[in-house]
This record gives sequence, C-alpha cells and structure tokens, in this order.
Amino acid sequence: MARMKFLCDADRCIECNACVTACKNEHEVPWGINRRRVVTINDGKPGERSVSMACMHCTDAPCASVCPVSCFYTTADAVVLHSKDLCIGCGYCFYACPFGAPQYPKTGNFGSRGKMDKCTYCAGGPEADNTSAELEKYGRNRLAEGKLPLCAEMCSTKALLAGDGDIIASIYKERVAKRGYGSGAWGWKVAYKETIAI
Amino acid sequence: MSFTRLFRSGQLGAGLAALLLAAFFAAAPASAQSVNPTAQSVKEEQLLQALKPGEQLSGRISIPDPKAASLIQSGRDWRAFNQETLHSLGTWSVLGMVALLAAFYVFRGKIRIDAGPSRQRILRFNTVERFAHWLSAVSFIILAITGANVTFGKLLLAPVMGPEAFAAWAQYAKYIHNYVGFAFMAGVLLVFLVWVKDNLPNAVDMRWFAAGGGLLSKGSHPPAKRFNGGQKIVFWSVVIGGFLLSLSGWYLLFPYSTTLADVQWHATIHGVTAFVMIALMLAHAYIGSIGMEGAFDAMGSGEVDLNWAKEHHSLWVEEEMKKGTLAPHAAGQPAE
Repeated sequence: MARMKFLCDADRCIECNACVTACKNEHEVPWGINRRRVVTINDGKPGERSVSMACMHCTDAPCASVCPVSCFYTTADAVVLHSKDLCIGCGYCFYACPFGAPQYPKTGNFGSRGKMDKCTYCAGGPEADNTSAELEKYGRNRLAEGKLPLCAEMCSTKALLAGDGDIIASIYKERVAKRGYGSGAWGWKVAYKETIAI
Repeated sequence: MSFTRLFRSGQLGAGLAALLLAAFFAAAPASAQSVNPTAQSVKEEQLLQALKPGEQLSGRISIPDPKAASLIQSGRDWRAFNQETLHSLGTWSVLGMVALLAAFYVFRGKIRIDAGPSRQRILRFNTVERFAHWLSAVSFIILAITGANVTFGKLLLAPVMGPEAFAAWAQYAKYIHNYVGFAFMAGVLLVFLVWVKDNLPNAVDMRWFAAGGGLLSKGSHPPAKRFNGGQKIVFWSVVIGGFLLSLSGWYLLFPYSTTLADVQWHATIHGVTAFVMIALMLAHAYIGSIGMEGAFDAMGSGEVDLNWAKEHHSLWVEEEMKKGTLAPHAAGQPAE
C-alpha cells in the first residue's frame, strides 16, 4: 500500500486559496471550520513564502495518542481518520496537533467544542465508503473512487502535491534540482520525522 | 515602417513585442542575469531551528481566524506530558496513597477515643459549614471520577465496556464535569470564607507538627485549636488547589479565549493539581471516617463527642467552655 502524504512546494504556492475553497466546497464544510488553510510566512518581506497546510496524517500521530476515547485510526494508506460517533469534543487532539488541524463546531457547552472535524485526505470516515452517512459526517470519499484529494488535484501551480510519499518526494527533489532552490518540505520533519534533502 | 502601416499589415503584435524587449534589455542592469531573486526565501529548517520551546512557526492568514496563522508547533511536550508524565503521576499518587493508608491502618489501627465516648456532645460545625464542606466534597468526587476518566478511562474502562459504550459514558462524563465544575468553584469559595479565620498558622501548629500530630503513637494528643496543623494543610491545599483547578478549568471550559500554548499549560496544571488533590483527599477522607473513631460526626451531625473534642482540639474546647456555648449541649440528658 501507498504511504499517503501531502507536500506543499512553497516556492510554487501563490496563495490563491483555491485549495481551501475546493476543500470547503467538496466536503460542504460548515462556517468557521477550515480543514485546510494557507499561511504566508514573512508576508510582504523579500523571500516570503506561502504554505498550504492541513492535517499531515502524521506517522505515530499525536492526536491519536492523546485522544481519551481512542477515536482515531490509521488506514492501510496511512491516512489518519477519526470517528465522530466516538469523539466527545474534549479538544485534546488540538492541544497535541503540531499543525492546528483539528477543527470544532462551537456547539458544545457554553459555546465550546462540538465533535471534531479535520482533513480526511478525502477518504471519509469509518462508515461504508461513499454512503450518505459518511458524506454527511466526513464529506466526500474520493480515495475510494480512485481519486486523490481535491485540494492537490486542482492546485493551479501544482504546488500542493498529494500521493504516495516516495513519489511526491521524488517529484519535489526533481523540481529542486532543476530550478536550483527549495524552501523545504514544510511540516515533514514534524509529521514524518524525516525530510527531503535539498 | 510607420505605425499606421503596422496596423494595416497586422504586424502590430510582433512590432510591439520587439519594442518592449529592446526597452527591457536596455534598462536592466548587467548583473541581473546571475542572481535569481526568487531563489532567496525563508527556509523551513532555519525557521524551525530558530524556534524556542513553546513557540510556533506562524505567519499571516486571510481567513478570519487569527489563531489559524500558526503553521507549525514543533514541540511534542504536551503529548509526552499527557501520555507519560500524567499517567505515572496519577497512578503513583493514587496507588501510593492507598498503600500508605493501608499500611497506616495495619500498623496504627483505628484511632480510638482514649477516654471512651462521653455521651456529651459539642457542636463542631454548623449547617453552613457542613454545607460548604459537602458541596465541595460531593462535587470533587464527581469531578475526580469524570476527570480521571479522561486520563485513565481508555486504559481501564474501554476494554471492559467496548468503544461505543465507553465513548457514550465519556461524553456524559464530560458534560457532568463541565457543569459540576461550577458547584465545586462555589464550594471552595464558601470553604475559604467560612474557615479562613480558623486556619491562619500559629505557634500551636509547630508544636503539633513536632509531636507528629499524635498520629504515630497511642495516647499522644498535642494541643490544637479549632483546626490542627494537619487540617490547616488540608484547608490551604483545598483553597490553593481548588483555585488552580478552577482557574485552569475555566480556560478549558472556554478554550477560544486564549492561545494554544496557554491552553496546554492550563491542561497541564489541571491534571497535575487534580491528581495531587485526589491523593490528599483520600488521606483526608480516611482520617475523617474509618481511620478515627468519632471524627465523622463533625461533618455528619455536626456534633462531636466531648471526649473526642478534648483529645483532638483541647484549646478549642477550652475556648468554647469560656464562651459558654457548650452548656446547652453538655447539659443535655441522654435520651433514655
């Protein structure tokens, strides 16, 4: 099986936020929840770079480790998913997440957290693939249809790459070799404890 | 070739491009070709190395949630705390205290009233005081169970109950924890208000501690006022621990009011304080019930046996005698 990863080539990202919009639209994500976001580092200064960030589907994911009800699981493709039926909205995954990926509708007590929502790598949840129950809770399951996450598929500059970690790493390496520079595989060291030598 | 003719001949595009290109090369400095300005950028590795512990790699974001501007927090300290430190702290503090109390019970046994029950009663805690105590106590027990469930439930209960039933219980436990927290805050505040005047440390406490509180040897009863040194430690632990639990709990109840690093701190303080308090309250509950004859009456009916009071709070009994408040109770005939 593949080891699915995201890689944002920040030297190509133009902060168009189309990945954010595509994600929200594809999964009909409610207001206030952003499964994916684009952060600009050193904004307005020479050498600024924009990075599109979502759940990185970490190796040995911290969210899964701290979850008090063990609602997380890792698929055969190494995608980190969770069950909204088990989630109690305690927020621990958000405390532990290096990337601010877990999002919450503010439907809990005193307007605090409801059940957690995050990037599913367009792979749905524990329900049967492409059922309406899965669609309602987690959004589309593109992986089950043989498609990659929409954010990366429609990225206009092909900055955001999704797919098997080895393949997207080799694509990135090739780009870096050809153009002669690269700002790094953002988040890889923290998420996968390895990075791409450039 | 004039511009009019260019229009006519349809060669405008090519002509303009040639003109622009000529202008560009004339204006550009000769060195521009050897430097690629886009190659010089921020590098993730350098930025991560420059981060201090607890800091986050952040930038600017266009969505209306300024906290989402944090891109990466590199530390996994909170995870290590939550899954390692807190587990060992919780296990050892609770099991350690239970073992200590069991050993104490085996070696010292139940502490009896040396002079035996006197049949005379003296009012130790009035209704307001007992209400403050039990409001704090009951809410604390509920909070301790529902709170420890977050740390240990998945290890102890989930394998027995199954994931669905455990998650349902954990969900209710979270709701209960969130609401009962307010009762606990009120209880601790009330405890502080009704008893602070009797809990200021004084020289009598030093002598009480020097005598080991009379806990270790039979027949030893160092003098004490209304509260002895040990009780004062419990009081101030409840006040300080209760304050820390309330403050950190408040931030966890309203998680959007502060930063991620702060919430991690609040969760850390909440967990550590909670387990220390649970261990301390186990000892408090032991000595107030099965560990000592006559002690429970103080918080039960509010009236304690006079001989118990004389042995454990001699100076307080003297004060009460002087005030004359003892008289009606002391004169009371046994109901026969």
